Amino acid sequence: MEAIVLPFVEGLLGPLWPAVKPVWPLVWTLVKIVLILSPLLLSVAYLTFWERKVIGWMQVRIGPNRVGPWGLLQPIADGLKLFFKEVLFPTAADKKLFVLGPVMAIAPALAAWAVIPFSPGWVLANVDAGVLYLLAISSVGVYGIIVAGWASNSKYPFFGAMRASAQMISYEVSMGLGLITVLMVSNSLNLTEIVGAQSKGQFAGWGLGVFSWNWLPLLPMFAVYLISGVAETNRAPFDVVEGESEIVAGHMVEYSGMAFAMFFLAEYANMILISAMTSIFFLGGWLSPFGFLQQIPLVGVAFSNGFHWMAFKMAAILFFFLWIRATFPRYRYDQIMRLGWKVFVPLTLVWILVVGVWMMTPLTIWK
Amino acid sequence: MLDNYFPILVFVLVGLAFGCVPILLGWLIAPNRPDSEKLSAFECGFAPFEDARMKFDVRYYLIAILFILFDLEIAFLFPWAAIFKEIVNTEAVKMFGFVEMFVFIGILVVGYVYAWAKGALDWE
Repeated sequence: MEAIVLPFVEGLLGPLWPAVKPVWPLVWTLVKIVLILSPLLLSVAYLTFWERKVIGWMQVRIGPNRVGPWGLLQPIADGLKLFFKEVLFPTAADKKLFVLGPVMAIAPALAAWAVIPFSPGWVLANVDAGVLYLLAISSVGVYGIIVAGWASNSKYPFFGAMRASAQMISYEVSMGLGLITVLMVSNSLNLTEIVGAQSKGQFAGWGLGVFSWNWLPLLPMFAVYLISGVAETNRAPFDVVEGESEIVAGHMVEYSGMAFAMFFLAEYANMILISAMTSIFFLGGWLSPFGFLQQIPLVGVAFSNGFHWMAFKMAAILFFFLWIRATFPRYRYDQIMRLGWKVFVPLTLVWILVVGVWMMTPLTIWK
Repeated sequence: MLDNYFPILVFVLVGLAFGCVPILLGWLIAPNRPDSEKLSAFECGFAPFEDARMKFDVRYYLIAILFILFDLEIAFLFPWAAIFKEIVNTEAVKMFGFVEMFVFIGILVVGYVYAWAKGALDWE
């Protein structure tokens, strides 16, 4: 794409071009970042709207329907409202850390998107250590919550931060161990290549790619990863971190206005990130599930590989997030920790062994 | 090679800016009328009592230590997992590459079982 834009920009700037040339890579990177961030933030806004609608329907309510047609302008009204709300700095709080908290929550939630491929070649930084980067940057998010809870110098945020730190690091272990099996069968840490590895196999050859993706041979790991993803983002039924009936809103109690909005944005951006990562690791990213249907005239185009499948898979996983929020009651904290440490960790360790032995035998499906 | 990582650095900086700018704007644009009640710690309407930074359960600390061990383990497993297919396809190191890593995992499992038996994973 750069090849198309570059001559146009050169012509537009004319004599000014030599002055711009040294910083062009930076400008071009910023343009691409804006192209990633604006749809992402729009998705975040409409995910909150969709969540309220879906949960409304599931509880036989209407959901927001007053602002704009079908309530479609509701998230924009919410955002504007938060913008004009007073930003409070409690007397007891540590002011510097109090501001640092929300910044540390949102920055990694956005920066993680740097390595996410949306379609072949549609990636900001196609790095070989993509999985490592994702794991590292998503670990930083927990610091935002801990810093916020500590800086608030108030009891509920403190409890929220304690719970968040233990819960998020516990599920990070099961997420990481679950990913090991994906890496074993993909033979790469590069996210584009991990998707590419899922396009091979017996079923993919027949045009039935959906059975060649990692979710089927690694089904227990897919379940572990998805459930850990819900726990990692502190969503219901694992939302004891902000459990409103016990500790009001956890680490966010003392925040207001835009400072609160940052935590809110980070939570939803993280949900979308987890759905993108699950699609890439287990559901074949942008690969089409039924490639053989491409031969049908007209509608066949929809069954070719492309970004639309990535978007569809992410939307399906996000719907799953909302669905379980409307369905399940909140877990008790000791149950959450038991699930993470006493069920998921042994399960993932055993499955690493199973996949290892499977790949050693002649029965291996990953050649 | 390192050029690939330049956009990531820019993205991290953009992310940080994205966190700071709206808070700054909100602070500048929104009304600012603090009073002592508004700025006191929230405790469901009661006046806050005691210091908020109190003693906490040692189990949170235990979990953090266990996490460091397991996360290190994962960090060691990553490079092995990323080339496992090549290990399997190379006859000379096939068995060695397989067994060696499971000896490594086995040592960690011994510690894990010990932690479980000692009750470090219980939250009753």
